[in-house]
Amino acid sequence: MDLRYTDEQQRFRLEVREWLEAHVPSAPLPSFDTEQGFEAHRQWERSLAAGNWGMVTWPEAYGGRGCDLIQWLIFEEEYYRAGAPLRVNQNGIFLLGPTLMEYGTEEQKARFIPAMARGDEIWAQGWSEPNAGSDMAAIRCTAIRDGDDYVINGQKIWSTRAVFADWVFGLFRTDPESERHRGLSKILVPLSADGITVRPIAQLNGLPGFAEIFFDDVRVPAFNLLGGEGEGWNIAMATAGFERGLMLRSPARFQQAAKRLVELYRSRRNEVLDASIEEAVLRCYMDAEAYALSTYQTASLLVKGGRIGPEASCNKIFWSELDLLIHETAMKLLGARGEIEPESDQDAAELGSWLDGFLFAQSGPIYAGTNEIQRNIIAERMLGMPRK
Amino acid sequence: MDATFTDDQLTFAEATRAVLTGEVTPDRVRARWSTEDGLDQSLMEQIQSLGLNSVLVPEALGGLGLGQTDFILMAQACGYVALPEPVVEQVTIAAPLLVDAVDRGLGDGRVQTVLDGLQQGTAQIAVGHPINPLINFAHSADWFLLGHGEGLYLVPADEVVIKPLKSMDPSRRIAEVGFDADAAYCLAQGDVGAELWRATLNRGALASAAQLVGLAEAMVEQAVRYTSDREQFGRAVGANQAVKHLLADVAVQLEYAKPVVYRAAYTAEVSPGRADFAVSHAKAAATRAALLASRQCIQAHGAMGYTWECDLQIWVKRAWALAREWGDEGFHKNRIHEWLLRPEALLGPDFTFGRRSITEVPASEEEAA
Repeated sequence: MDLRYTDEQQRFRLEVREWLEAHVPSAPLPSFDTEQGFEAHRQWERSLAAGNWGMVTWPEAYGGRGCDLIQWLIFEEEYYRAGAPLRVNQNGIFLLGPTLMEYGTEEQKARFIPAMARGDEIWAQGWSEPNAGSDMAAIRCTAIRDGDDYVINGQKIWSTRAVFADWVFGLFRTDPESERHRGLSKILVPLSADGITVRPIAQLNGLPGFAEIFFDDVRVPAFNLLGGEGEGWNIAMATAGFERGLMLRSPARFQQAAKRLVELYRSRRNEVLDASIEEAVLRCYMDAEAYALSTYQTASLLVKGGRIGPEASCNKIFWSELDLLIHETAMKLLGARGEIEPESDQDAAELGSWLDGFLFAQSGPIYAGTNEIQRNIIAERMLGMPRK
Repeated sequence: MDATFTDDQLTFAEATRAVLTGEVTPDRVRARWSTEDGLDQSLMEQIQSLGLNSVLVPEALGGLGLGQTDFILMAQACGYVALPEPVVEQVTIAAPLLVDAVDRGLGDGRVQTVLDGLQQGTAQIAVGHPINPLINFAHSADWFLLGHGEGLYLVPADEVVIKPLKSMDPSRRIAEVGFDADAAYCLAQGDVGAELWRATLNRGALASAAQLVGLAEAMVEQAVRYTSDREQFGRAVGANQAVKHLLADVAVQLEYAKPVVYRAAYTAEVSPGRADFAVSHAKAAATRAALLASRQCIQAHGAMGYTWECDLQIWVKRAWALAREWGDEGFHKNRIHEWLLRPEALLGPDFTFGRRSITEVPASEEEAA
């Protein structure tokens, strides 16, 4: 155990910090769930890519820097410290990208990864269906092979970023006779294809952060099949593990939020009547740090060539409940004025983005496998409790 | 940056856990409850032969010269079996305090003699930090390290007054210990005394935290076993989601307490002067996990969980006791609160590992400072 950064890691941090200080937009961008905000975030992705900062863990050939996971954590620490924009292409770079690296052919990698890295193609995800939510193996949307194409019919729902995105990846039933997790395949579909209808769904904040996607005889070339036909479930599971958790919700995000919470608490604690707030602030700070320490432990293990155990399934519950507690506590500290949706610069300066974060935090325990499902997974796979 | 243990550290911990699991069985723990001194002498001899008391003593003083990071998993293993004997206390609290005193040339040759006795197994040392009104296994101690104000006193057993009390945990032998703060026994006072006690408090809280993590691990395992075997409505009670979620919640808290405890061990070893926050975080997180484990695992055992017969009580009651030692949750949360309110506190994602994250300060200079 050596909890000091090497000189090389220190230099890397400085380099990231300098670049971000020079490039992060001075004013926050509009939400990426608006048309204008989406394009502004796409421009930010392009500027990251231009500096080779789009995805530092990727090989240089794909616009990355070949960084290891410790450097990835350092990059994220600096990223959140700098208050840089959220990643509009997170479905692509954090979820699909690693899967393409592992399961894609060289031709597929060359076709999709550079465009993803440049921000030219922003990705939506297409897992859930109206009757396949937590029970993802109940997917019914079909993709039937017809010559050199797949013909897709059916419906996806809760597709994040689908309203403005360019492409969607998801699981489709390529064997119509199959059941459950057999006969599913991972296929990449351009949202501009004929036969696709995207119907926006407004989220709790009123913005169309996700959508329903209807597929009516949509043709895509067989080239767009990722991995083998019928291997979709295994591929999805392989990328649903720790690295996905690490990429998707890195600890720095919560450490930065916890730091802002402590600052808010310092400025308002004399007006606080609710004694439980002090306890909550402490817990938020401690838990954000615990999440970081745990992630460093796991990242170190992976860097050394170790493997992740089933205990990694604890992370989703931990960060999502932490995110809720941070924002619930901030809202309490804001008192009656926490109700205000900031419209003027003055309100925004006083109230910050806590309301946005509070609304978004409600979704954490639901998406990417509800926390109830996560608890089942922990009980059965990590603790070994009986399934039936 | 490497936040993992070495293969050697993992191997030693595994070996320690294997030995302890074989020797410290619930039956043998219960056998101690009806004895006068509450100690298993054959186990004490076995532990002595492993040389554990010398682990944290520098080689120049006859020890192995290892650090808190080397021992923390072994302390966790002692908690895992709910070891009644105060082994962790001897190794990680008493020995390092004696070493500190020798390093500062305190108390003539007495301290070295006592330290030698501890390493050879001829002397038991009890440490009575002012934060702990009760001392465990005081009646078996040959020497006491006691506090009076900021003063540190090394007192022989025949010069103290021991008032035994009964613990809720039948494996413990607690007592109040009185003594005359006689200058003849005084090793240090003032700033030096305060500094030694502060380091001792951190080592004590760390020792409790590691054991609490081990206790919680063992409780969850027992509850999983019980709910897998016990059937109702024609199936294992552990197949019910409500029961699964009780234990999954403990697993989550436990998984995230461990790295916090390991970080505290590392900080206490390499940078003891700045370990307060890390140690308080460790004690608070480990206590939270262990108290949750106690509650949920009793619940998972149903009526059995509320019986004297059920072995779970060995672990549950130890957790309830250790939660109070070396600063309770209130004490440690208060330390963190004070730290968070300081304007100069280094907060945020770039300070997870302290000031060394700031690139302008090379690691070597920071170490020297």
